[in-house]
Amino acid sequence: MDGEGSVLEDRTPGVEHAESRADFLSYTAGLILAVGLTIASFVVAETNLLWGPGIPVGLVVLAFAQIGVHLVFFLHMGTGPDHTNNVLALAFGLLIVFLVIAGSCWIMANLNTNMATSPSHIMGVQR
Amino acid sequence: MTDTTVPNALPTELVPGRGGGGPASTRTVVAYGFWIFLLSDIIMFSGLFAAYAVLSGATADGPTGRELFDLRSAFIETACLLVSSYTCGLGALSAEQQRRDRYYLFSALTFLLGAAFLFIEIREFAGMVHEGSGPSRSAFLSAFFTLVGMHGAHVTSGLVWLIYMVAQVAVKGLRPHVLRRLLCFSLFWHALDIVWVGVFTLVYLMGIR
Repeated sequence: MDGEGSVLEDRTPGVEHAESRADFLSYTAGLILAVGLTIASFVVAETNLLWGPGIPVGLVVLAFAQIGVHLVFFLHMGTGPDHTNNVLALAFGLLIVFLVIAGSCWIMANLNTNMATSPSHIMGVQR
Repeated sequence: MTDTTVPNALPTELVPGRGGGGPASTRTVVAYGFWIFLLSDIIMFSGLFAAYAVLSGATADGPTGRELFDLRSAFIETACLLVSSYTCGLGALSAEQQRRDRYYLFSALTFLLGAAFLFIEIREFAGMVHEGSGPSRSAFLSAFFTLVGMHGAHVTSGLVWLIYMVAQVAVKGLRPHVLRRLLCFSLFWHALDIVWVGVFTLVYLMGIR
């Protein structure tokens, strides 16, 4: 986009360096895509369009797609060198989010498996 | 250095914020700092998501998500928040273009849609508490009310902030430091919508199964 050896100043999160018309189109495209993905999520959850056990996977994929749409079209995240700081911070945040959620689920599932030799027996003791 | 709408291509050693040509513009620094705050806020939410995911089966023989959740109202809430994110973006755009009347119009729409979202959510909460399915009923419901209630609290503070921003625009006009605050607000509002995508997917859509 620019000559060799020249770099753009760091981008500001949430701001598109473009004409306002492009910004408007970006928001509108984002809205249309997000509405489509939202409707798809609700349809997948409520119907048997997907194979039963695959529905949670489908919902997670649709959710990630919609978060991506929000990041690109509403928060104007990009891949250029001027976006490096914002995207690196986002990547670090996502790493921590993944560690907290996946780590908690993993540890608690492990504990549950090792604790409850007979779930009904344990429940009985608790009462 | 407040106008960053024009790409300024400079040699690497002269790019502000990259070790040359002085620090980055205030606008970039403010928005980047707020972006870091938002990411830490999302990390806080990830703890609540993890708690909900772990406890979603711990219903203590009480009502389950399938019995409690109404997908229709969840869909309306989602639509309200999504469209409000759109109008918020258009409002920020109008403010950048110094079009104050359009900014007021889009802010009013954002506020109405956000308030509609909150109204539906509070009605849902009140109904659940009324039926005896309050946060003290089971670990599942504690986690549900904490996660969804925390998102609702963020939306509430966002609405207060929105009123405050409209007042600032009315009193001070669309000056650079007001525009920086508006930018932070729209980042906050978009981030709330991103968190809601996680909430409606994990809590409502997976909860009814």
